Amino acid sequence: MLRFVATLIACLTLAIPATAQQADAPIQQLLQSQSDLIVKSSRRTIGPAIDALANSGLPQAQVVMDKWQTRQMWVNTETGLFIYAEEVDRDTLRIFDFADGTEIGEVPDDGYDQLKPNSGIRGLIGTALVQFQLSDPEPDTRRRALDAIERGAEESHLAALRASLGNETDTQILARKQRLERLLTIAYGETDAERIEAIQSFEGDLGVDVRAALNPLLSARIEAADVLPTDPDIGQVLSPGSEQLSRDDAYALLVSADLAKPRISVEDQRNALIENITDGQVAGIQVATLNSQEARDMAYVALADQGTVTAVATEAEVDQRLANHVFYERYVGAPPEVVFAAQAALNAIENKVAINQMFDLSLDALSLASIYFLAAIGLAITFGVMGVINMAHGEFIMMGAYTGYVVQLFIPDYTLSIIVAIPLAFAVTFGAGVAMERLVIRWLYHRPLETLLATFGISIALQQIAKNIFGTQARPLTAPGWLDGSLVINDIVSISYIRIAIFVLALLFLALFLFVMNRTRLGLEVRAVTQNPRMAASMGINPDKINMLTFGFGSGIAGIAGVAIGLYAKVTSEMGSDYIVQSFMTVVVGGVGNIWGTLLGATMVGFLQKGIEWFNPSNTLAAQTYMILFIILFIQFRPKGIIALKGRAAEA
Amino acid sequence: MTDAALPRRQPFALRFPSVMIFLAILALFTVGVTVLSEGFGMGVISTSFIKTLGKTLCLCLVALAMDLVWGYCGILSLGHMAFFGLGGYAIGMWLMYARTEIIVLESLSAAALPPTPQEVSDGIATQIFGVVGSSEFPPIWAFAYSLPLQLAAVVLVPGVLALIFGWLAFRSRVTGVYLSILTQAMTLALSLHLFQNDSGLRGNNGLSGLQNLPGLGETPQSIVSLWFFWASALALALGYLLCAWIVSGKFGSVIRAIRDDEARVRFLGYPVEAFKLVIFTLTAVIAGIAGALYYPQAGIVNPAEIAPIASIYLAVWVAIGGRGRLYGAVIGAAFVSLVSTWFTGGQAPDINLGFYTISWVDWWTVLLGLSFVGVTLFAPKGIGGLVDVLIDRKSPNRHGADLGPDHGALREQEADK
Amino acid sequence: MSMKFLSTTAAAALLVSTLPALAQDVSCPIKVGVLHSLSGTMAISETTLKDTMEMLVDIQNEKGGLLGCELEAVVVDPASDWPLFAEKARELLTVQEVDVIFGSWTSVSRKSALPVLEELNGLMFYPVQYEGEESSKNVFYTGAAPNQQAIPATDYFLEELGVEKFALLGTDYVYPRTTNNILEAYLQDKGIAEEDIFVNYTPFGHSDWSKIVADVVALGADGKKVGVISTINGDANIGFYKELAAAGISADDIPVVAFSVGEEELSGLDTTNLVGHLAAWNYFQTADTGANEEWVAAWKARMGEERVTNDPMEAHYIGFNMWVNAATAAGTTDVDAVRTAMYGQEFPNLTGGTAVMLPNHHLSKPVLIGEIQADGQFDIISATDPVPGDAWTDFLPESAVLTSDWKDLGCGMYNTTTSTCVQIKSNY
Repeated sequence: MLRFVATLIACLTLAIPATAQQADAPIQQLLQSQSDLIVKSSRRTIGPAIDALANSGLPQAQVVMDKWQTRQMWVNTETGLFIYAEEVDRDTLRIFDFADGTEIGEVPDDGYDQLKPNSGIRGLIGTALVQFQLSDPEPDTRRRALDAIERGAEESHLAALRASLGNETDTQILARKQRLERLLTIAYGETDAERIEAIQSFEGDLGVDVRAALNPLLSARIEAADVLPTDPDIGQVLSPGSEQLSRDDAYALLVSADLAKPRISVEDQRNALIENITDGQVAGIQVATLNSQEARDMAYVALADQGTVTAVATEAEVDQRLANHVFYERYVGAPPEVVFAAQAALNAIENKVAINQMFDLSLDALSLASIYFLAAIGLAITFGVMGVINMAHGEFIMMGAYTGYVVQLFIPDYTLSIIVAIPLAFAVTFGAGVAMERLVIRWLYHRPLETLLATFGISIALQQIAKNIFGTQARPLTAPGWLDGSLVINDIVSISYIRIAIFVLALLFLALFLFVMNRTRLGLEVRAVTQNPRMAASMGINPDKINMLTFGFGSGIAGIAGVAIGLYAKVTSEMGSDYIVQSFMTVVVGGVGNIWGTLLGATMVGFLQKGIEWFNPSNTLAAQTYMILFIILFIQFRPKGIIALKGRAAEA
Repeated sequence: MTDAALPRRQPFALRFPSVMIFLAILALFTVGVTVLSEGFGMGVISTSFIKTLGKTLCLCLVALAMDLVWGYCGILSLGHMAFFGLGGYAIGMWLMYARTEIIVLESLSAAALPPTPQEVSDGIATQIFGVVGSSEFPPIWAFAYSLPLQLAAVVLVPGVLALIFGWLAFRSRVTGVYLSILTQAMTLALSLHLFQNDSGLRGNNGLSGLQNLPGLGETPQSIVSLWFFWASALALALGYLLCAWIVSGKFGSVIRAIRDDEARVRFLGYPVEAFKLVIFTLTAVIAGIAGALYYPQAGIVNPAEIAPIASIYLAVWVAIGGRGRLYGAVIGAAFVSLVSTWFTGGQAPDINLGFYTISWVDWWTVLLGLSFVGVTLFAPKGIGGLVDVLIDRKSPNRHGADLGPDHGALREQEADK
Repeated sequence: MSMKFLSTTAAAALLVSTLPALAQDVSCPIKVGVLHSLSGTMAISETTLKDTMEMLVDIQNEKGGLLGCELEAVVVDPASDWPLFAEKARELLTVQEVDVIFGSWTSVSRKSALPVLEELNGLMFYPVQYEGEESSKNVFYTGAAPNQQAIPATDYFLEELGVEKFALLGTDYVYPRTTNNILEAYLQDKGIAEEDIFVNYTPFGHSDWSKIVADVVALGADGKKVGVISTINGDANIGFYKELAAAGISADDIPVVAFSVGEEELSGLDTTNLVGHLAAWNYFQTADTGANEEWVAAWKARMGEERVTNDPMEAHYIGFNMWVNAATAAGTTDVDAVRTAMYGQEFPNLTGGTAVMLPNHHLSKPVLIGEIQADGQFDIISATDPVPGDAWTDFLPESAVLTSDWKDLGCGMYNTTTSTCVQIKSNY
């Protein structure tokens, strides 16, 4: 209320600057004539308004469309005049006149409504703007025009594009223009020869845009006839009951072409029977006996014989009709020669696409494997080397991720914060691991089942504590800008940089693990203690200290893994439990006590999961279920994992 | 310590006074609750609390099974709540089918034509599966129309699954923590499978409205809940007797020996795998029966009930109650689940520390988690250990020798004292 | 039974005589049950609603309470454990003897509490968008039914964005499954071929999205414009949007409209790469009305500056105020009297306009489409006229013939072809 009064006063004191606007300028008059459509702002109806602007020949039309597209156009709610404006602050606008681009002044925004064209309308405006932009001196504007053509090409674009090719200076843009010109030729080329030539020039091209241009040419209509016509535009012959043409569809096609009698649905049959009940009977049959489908069929036939209802096709008739007709595709997208050229080009492309899809799937699988490996590598140390079941491993991952989140609260620079977060996450989880080992685990070394329970207790306590501190909502952990985006090899094969980073990190950890275990004094002592603690102790090694350090090291790596996983997925208090079972599986499948085994295990799990997903793309949950089942079976037949330790080491 | 060493067998009741004490307490408790209930008595105990008590008895029964397989046989199974859930699903299928059939027949009887069997079946399927956007019966519902067959499924489904899984696992000598992880994986796979709508058991929604027994629409829940309470008490009593009988005999001695040193028992010529398989399957069946009694009281069974965490909680109840003693399992399950109810009910008073208020809704889980750690570290015998203190039973002096892998379980020697 | 009958007649008499509502059978304080999970997986969403209810009760008490009584919020924690919803609902109704319950988020939790509500004749307000196919005498559904969210959003895709090929991505549970079934039927009705609809279900909390995003991109290979309709729930959205952003998919190429992503979900995300993707709700925090400004300010003052408001909160806001008005009109908090007084209740939306409670226990509300902005808020780009919520969808053959009218027909599942009431109690 107060705000409203304040606005009112502000309006009065500013003396309504809109009076300075040229209300009768041709561009404004054009806008006024289309005012209803523009304000209504629906893609369905906006066409005439955009056409009117684009074809007006007014010099300001481009500016209007430009401002409109970028949501800078406003309308005065009282006078209905259009202006464009910059927002000075939340409540104030600096407004400009479309007629000559002069500034009118600063006004409160209450008297103006912003026009918010949705992305459909923005696309249409972009399409209309293309003609102005293709030869614009600004390369960015030209690129925007090309974007617009890619999103919504029109026949008129082809000529405009061809005209602009000659004076293009930027080689990159030129290349894009040439490619687009060929794509547009496929769709709108004047002669078949021209189109076929364009099609053939894309032989083996993997771009989605090429397939998007070729596929519509192949569109076909299914038809039925007594004998197969010999026209050139006949495509494949279909048999009813096949995947492309179900039996019901085929018969419906015959019915709609008046080549067969209609069938009746159970529902309609019932209604027809009900309509014809007289004195508790249908065609002389007692209603009470109509409690099976056969009885109803008979009653209906009886009705049809009486002529009360129309006769319908029986199953035998349906079969006979289907057998007597031939079903085929007729190409409607393009002349036959173009279709055959497109078909040939697509066939060549499809094979290549399939190979590339396999490659992309392998990359995904590799990436998933590296994530599992990263999550499991800490466990490979604590469980694999020391034999300690740590159900709180997932919560160490979570602690690492939250450490990353907290660091980002204090260090706004994403790159720097990640550089700080990684060692800090290691330090935090190392500390937590050491504390846990000292306080709990060292009392339970010979009682693995109880370790499992105790660490599980710690796990749920840590989860709840994280909830109490950070809340239940997921927290953002944002990757630095240079990890945004993805490495695009072609339109099919691409992988995001963050996944590559995780892959590299996994390799680094593998190297670090191997180095620590095989090349350092600590590693030697760790191996000694795990193989025979008493003997190691008598050699002057302090097993307590070594156990503590090893456990801390494993936990610390989990913390770093947490930062990485948080960057690519999410940071919640429950993220740890998403990985714990899979991590244990990875270690067990690979073979306990061997880092190469863990690596193999992660690879197997990753590839297996992606493989199953590929077979059943619509249900990812099923893929996870089958993967676990497979692992259970695998362990039955190879209880010691892929790489089984032999001899004494296996007993340790 | 074998049976042959005993000159004559005393009566079962005298050898195991704890069984008789337990049964007496259970009987007293059941009668007491009935007298205080809304349905038949003074109305001091609300129907919702009767349901809670009835469910707790079922949890005690599954804890007994867990104790048998873990406390006595040393197999830390993290899959018994899956069997429990399967029992619930088996009975739930019949409850849903029969209840829906009544509704559908009633609504179709008003139609102009008498319904065909197909229409009845479609009507039932639409009502049951409409919620998951399907209107056809999946094949696993083939026997849902029949109570006896579904009751058989309560026993057979968990039993056969346990038999197959156990046979595979024990055959390849998967033991210890590996077996725990494997059972956990089985549970996870099962719950993920049931989560899918394609599984045919209504996905995440599960089977609901189970508390409304078909044909008993007029009977108030205050009465129905008591029936289930009695049934649960009876099942617990029978289960307790069965378990006590099993662990008292030679069979019991062998499974305890397997727990303490599996290799030695194998060298003595016992078919260790067969023993384990019998125990694993039997306890799965008990868990299934407990589930079949539990879920009609809870009203809904869904995949979240089968998630691995539920089975871990089960192990924790047994650990807190005291392993290797049947009453320990019962005490643990009853204690933890009732205390949980109290804390999550919001009745526990908040603690104001001045700078921070501890709200139990937030901190209860932390307390629970830390209490596992406390129990495993400082009181491996759990609450049952208090009984030892009470009747002055001491652990034998082993002169520093290792107590074996299962520190907390009640030892043979102690039991015989 | 006789008590209820008496109070109903008393309420009716009061209504007729239009006397000031001062019934004798109201026992102070009036208890409002709050049945939202405060722990477990759903705490992430539901805790906010518990806070909302406490705030609404406080605001009402400042205004002088209801029927001369103080209101008291009775909060219980069903801990995201579905059977516990039934148990706690029973406890609220029989032990705490609350007059009304506001609660539940997931459909399964509602279905768990439903039998108890119907058995004990309780009254619950359910605030979340859901899949429909239900109308219980004892529940008022203040969230959106599919025709108040999914259908308008799909229309927007078809008409405004010109989408010709649809990817329906969802988390594998009931709401996405049913919504997608309805949408598939609807799209085929609108002439979209079956092979132009790609459906995928992922588990809760799914994080590995690269293959699915690649599949969606590949859909564009036949030259049709692709759009994604997402019923992905909760945290899984974070990974999904991160992968979308990494793949460089802009909203102009492949627009995504989400039904479960609101202000809360976006607060866990850097939205700069997601600008332009869409969400459909009945409320956005950016709604430009005085009532909303007041509401947001009150919320932030109570909970902290960084907290956001969202759609289910508005649903509780409307539901609670309607309940207060209905109880005032009825002069009692008796369930049957209040329910009768609820039909036709009107209350202003926070987004402008007026919500009306229909006899099928659903609201009539406008549908908004918002574009994600860089600050994690939504820019409202489209608002429809109020859409009456439809309990039984018109786009599935089994439910097209069903209707719900508790006022005149007294039936929540009425078959219009046979003119019979299929059932009065729900079949959960």
